[in-house]
Amino acid sequence: MPADNLVEIKDLDFAYDDRPILDGISLQIPRGKVVAIMGGSGCGKTTLLRLIGGQLRPSRGDVVVDGLSVPALGDDELYALRRRMGMLFQFGALFTDISVFDNVAYQMREHTDLPEELIRDMVLMKLNAVGLRGAHQLMPAELSGGMARRVALARAIALDPMLIMYDEPFAGLDPISLGVIGQLIRKLNDALGATTIMVTHDIQESLLMVDFIYFMSDGKVVALGTPDEIRASKHPFVHQFVFAEADGPVPFHYPATPLAQELLGKGADEQA
Amino acid sequence: MNKPRRGAVALLATIGRIGQHVNDALQRLGFASRFLVTLLRWSGQSFRRPGLTIREIYYSGFQSLLIIMVSGLFIGMVLGMQGYETLQRYGSADALGILVALSLVRELGPVVAALLFASRAGSSITAEIGLMKATEQLTAMDMMAVNPIARVVAPRFWGGVISMPLLAALFSATGVFGGYLIGVVFIGVDEGAFWSQMQASVDFRYDIWSGIVKSFVFGLAVSLIAVFEGYDAVPTAEGVSGSIKSTVVKSALAILALDFVLTSFMFREAG
Repeated sequence: MPADNLVEIKDLDFAYDDRPILDGISLQIPRGKVVAIMGGSGCGKTTLLRLIGGQLRPSRGDVVVDGLSVPALGDDELYALRRRMGMLFQFGALFTDISVFDNVAYQMREHTDLPEELIRDMVLMKLNAVGLRGAHQLMPAELSGGMARRVALARAIALDPMLIMYDEPFAGLDPISLGVIGQLIRKLNDALGATTIMVTHDIQESLLMVDFIYFMSDGKVVALGTPDEIRASKHPFVHQFVFAEADGPVPFHYPATPLAQELLGKGADEQA
Repeated sequence: MNKPRRGAVALLATIGRIGQHVNDALQRLGFASRFLVTLLRWSGQSFRRPGLTIREIYYSGFQSLLIIMVSGLFIGMVLGMQGYETLQRYGSADALGILVALSLVRELGPVVAALLFASRAGSSITAEIGLMKATEQLTAMDMMAVNPIARVVAPRFWGGVISMPLLAALFSATGVFGGYLIGVVFIGVDEGAFWSQMQASVDFRYDIWSGIVKSFVFGLAVSLIAVFEGYDAVPTAEGVSGSIKSTVVKSALAILALDFVLTSFMFREAG
């Protein structure tokens, strides 16, 4: 991978209470690229995004964004860094008490002293980029899931961030919206000269549009490569993922005692 | 090895559960104190945009006016009837004005207005903040470099703190009017005596001032409970509904307990 990395994660550990989530993970996100981080549900993908955004602090290791060590930043420096980041949440997280227009204008009004006419033009341009200029007067409750995701996307790029992070951008979308969002993520990244990190488990859509893919399992990177390398991969985990097989390295069952023992054991207890 | 008896096991489990509850309660109290410190630390930034707090005064204060004033009126009218009924037995129906005004200004105004405020405004603040948390709006705001404590929590807290004494004062004022309506207009107590006795006996420093202090303290307590319960809600439907219930119950208990404490201090001062 090229040496110029916008985000570097170095030997990072993280645990919620006593439950380890990330275990010595290291990865690099090169500047200007769209990188997908994939893995089954609950493998620590979203946690990783939160660590990059500085919402969580690692128990060991470092997160470096644009040369700054995120865990070491104070409140003001962290907020200064976040102004250069955009994040799309899984369910959009639009502010429900204000209109689509005001949602997109939110950061511009909070962080700049721009005159309202200029903000209006900028908001309409952002909404135009996601195809929803005509919906600027609607309230978030009036939007479909795919539209809400696009508004959230417009909001995430409101201040032209250097780094855009997406948490499950494809979750719960119909095939058409899914394709639209995928293309938008790619186009916006290239148009803004930004860097994109996308956490997802939608392998087919990702293979079409990303530059690089990391596969995570049990808090570690287990495989990595470009879409072509991933398609050709013989790695059992990647193979299971790409071909959507129910069982393999990622088990179908949540860890448990053997079924026979559980059923018979329980019966034996009740009889006693 | 002898098996411990069932009773002993159950007793130990009960003691363990009580210990766990006490531990949890202390931990939450500590967490709430830290939350208050954070809230105060970010309040300065919030005050730089007074529009935010004024908006919350409108939502929690102005929009509570109807329920506060109607309740005040009814409580005043009931006081008028009950007070007259008792006073006239001793031939002192003229003192009705004093009875109505003192009951309202010292006790009923601050306490009942705070209870109404907790159920009308406190619960809605908790619900709003809790739902914003559950739908990741607070996290999204934080990621947009906008501090949710400064932008969402502090304005709601101060809005409540400012509104509460004003609402209590209006509650007392409409209550006095309700007492006048029943006592003077309907029953026929002498109007001059009603007002002049009230004026002569209600002391600004002891009566009115103690009412203001009480309602201010209740405002602090209710607003803190409301924003904390919302911010600390478990981010699910069940969690938010539990927090709303918690706001109403804890506010009511806090108001009544604080009322007792404050009254006992004020009593000594007056004596």
